[in-house]
Amino acid sequence: MSGQDPDHPHDHAHHDDHEHGSELSDLQLRVRALETVLTEKGYIDPAAVDRIVEAYETQIGPHIGASVVAKAWTDPGFKGALLQDANKAIAVLGLANRVGDHLVVVENTPTTHNMVVCTLCSCYPWDVLGLPPVWYKSAPYRSRTVKDPRSVLADFGVTLPAATQIRVWDSTAEMRFMVLPMRPQGTDGWHEMQLAALVTRDAMIGTGLPKSAAA
Amino acid sequence: MNGIHDMGGMDGFGKVNPEADEPVFHAAWEGRVLAMSRVMTVAKEWNIDIGRYWIELLPAHIYLASSYYERWFRRLENLCVARGLVGRREIEAGHSSGPGRALKGNVLAAADVDKVLGRGSYGRPASAAAKFQIGDRVRAKNMHPRSHTRLPRYARGHVGVVERQNGCHVFPDSMVESGTESPQWLYTVSFDNRELWGPDADPTVRISIDAFEPYLEPA
Repeated sequence: MSGQDPDHPHDHAHHDDHEHGSELSDLQLRVRALETVLTEKGYIDPAAVDRIVEAYETQIGPHIGASVVAKAWTDPGFKGALLQDANKAIAVLGLANRVGDHLVVVENTPTTHNMVVCTLCSCYPWDVLGLPPVWYKSAPYRSRTVKDPRSVLADFGVTLPAATQIRVWDSTAEMRFMVLPMRPQGTDGWHEMQLAALVTRDAMIGTGLPKSAAA
Repeated sequence: MNGIHDMGGMDGFGKVNPEADEPVFHAAWEGRVLAMSRVMTVAKEWNIDIGRYWIELLPAHIYLASSYYERWFRRLENLCVARGLVGRREIEAGHSSGPGRALKGNVLAAADVDKVLGRGSYGRPASAAAKFQIGDRVRAKNMHPRSHTRLPRYARGHVGVVERQNGCHVFPDSMVESGTESPQWLYTVSFDNRELWGPDADPTVRISIDAFEPYLEPA
């Protein structure tokens, strides 16, 4: 192995990593070898592998969570149900992809800001946000968020008022957390689809805020 | 185990570097590794907890030097070999030298993929009443098992408050130790930042973990 930065293997600009290219192709070959053997043994169907890759590339992503947030912003009854029991509330929406059990939605308010992390691995609500970004799985995020979340927010360019309470949820079991951000000002009368476009993935992890109405 | 994976509170890893317009996968092999791992969950040769443990078992220097999907790849390779599904030589050769053995579970067909895209369910019926109630003060035990546990080091020995009761769940520690689910009550326990990190820590921060009942004692 080279001395490659574990968390930014693709970031050529910041790292002196001459072996990076060859290492990647080496991995590509090793992965292909394993897939071939598993297929020849009859343990996997490559068509199922294709289908899963396709689902994560095209179907399952943060737009699902954003639609849930937008619905909560426009429908107080739904929001109440969502905060009470997210799985039950979301089931009623009849989303195309099944949302797994044990989902908890936590609400940001003018006094409390929520952030989600997994210090032990990379637990993340895949079914509503898609696959986690590299930074979520990285050592800097996993190590610092439970100790100094404001400095982590600073890395995202987010500054909260000094008096805001920060609530960090470390996903150490099979509970999964999604943040319900505050609805941006100046969006009165907006439709759900317009609102959903303001909801970023990071806003639902708690490392960002929704886009503003003016943007 | 007190492994490198238990990163909460460590210093020295630098800044968080968000990537603008990050692709779902940075190389095609990453998607193959993720999807093959997903397919193998249906084979039932190991479960999610054992899968996590086998990432923790990677030597610390390899864990740190590997990207996320590289860890997944090493885990998949190691587990397939350890379970006697494939031989190292076959992987090196890139071809099977004989037929596979019967799986404990099934081979996932492409038509059934949608059924497994949601997360699994880990809730189980309770066999005993919950020991702790919302609002109770509890101490995370000072425990250091050599096997798998989901109690992070930074919380051990510290006092928090039960914020949520999440029902009974499969207990990862016993799944890895003995292959039994031994469901346990699962609580969300929150801690004052200063309890965890000392009097100089930011007083506006509260941190929670999800802790199984055997991790906790009354405080």
